[in-house]
Amino acid sequence: MLEISLNGKKTLTSCKTAFELRDKEFSNGSIVIVNGYQISEDTIINNNDNIFIIQKGVMPPKEQLELMICARHTPKVYDKMKNATVGIAGLGGLGSNIAISLARMGIGHLILIDFDIVEPSNLNRQSYYINHLGMLKCIAMKSQIEQINPFIKVTAVNEYLTENNACLILKDCDIICEAFDNPNCKAMLVNEILEKLPDTPLVCSSGMAGYESSNTIRTTNPIKNLYICGDGENGAEIGRGLMAPRVQICAGHQANMAVRLLLNIKDC
Amino acid sequence: MRINGKTISLKEEIKLSDFLEQNGYNINRVAVEKNGNIIPRAKFLTEIINDNDIIEVVSFVGGG
Repeated sequence: MLEISLNGKKTLTSCKTAFELRDKEFSNGSIVIVNGYQISEDTIINNNDNIFIIQKGVMPPKEQLELMICARHTPKVYDKMKNATVGIAGLGGLGSNIAISLARMGIGHLILIDFDIVEPSNLNRQSYYINHLGMLKCIAMKSQIEQINPFIKVTAVNEYLTENNACLILKDCDIICEAFDNPNCKAMLVNEILEKLPDTPLVCSSGMAGYESSNTIRTTNPIKNLYICGDGENGAEIGRGLMAPRVQICAGHQANMAVRLLLNIKDC
Repeated sequence: MRINGKTISLKEEIKLSDFLEQNGYNINRVAVEKNGNIIPRAKFLTEIINDNDIIEVVSFVGGG
């Protein structure tokens, strides 16, 4: 007998292969995921394998749904995400996309901070829909995350961050993502965190406007616990806009760096 | 002294805020580390740097 995890539950099985297990307990149309990989050819199963067999079109019980959402994660990533608190300062082009990405990762607690409401010029790059126009960004984002992964605790904070409140709001975060638009606000937050929360890694951004090459956007670590994503040069200005592709690339850099830090990887 | 990994020569001691301005930085858009320590913004106007210092200046452009 093998001891495996099947749809999140410790299970003893006499089956030797993944498809044998599927055919014994589930319908033929089910997909099979072995240790984070959806297989199309049968494979031998081993002790301690993490196996999901998901019947398409069937809503699983709540306790299985949470684990199924993250069934395609690399093994052992999910627990570290589930126990983490990440703060996202600003929910514009960067922050809204970082929030969606980290929600899909299953981060246990997201603290989402923005003072503003959704307006039409946000829709070219920010993760909002027509029905969010006029809503507070922090509330619109919370409602989206509830539809992506309802097991995430979301704290929506409708505040303008300043020297007076930033550290107070962000003090319990394992990681902070800076996702402001205004460069003075970026520098304010970076200085506050480096000075007053020096042990909290901060993943910030600089330079993702326009349609320069995607490959110029990178992640650097110039100062301990400070990570900067972007090309470092291309700011938003008259004649150079902010558009979905490069903003999303930069947000992807920030989200992945946050994930790496939560996995105790400090290299960019 | 070294700034952002480059060696330059500093003839005499200078206030950090003056050094930043002379090198084209906007002091409202930077964070500065000197010899491994963060310099609080409140000290930009008083902090003195000399030719032995190792400085890291991080500056930000807008957009997000």
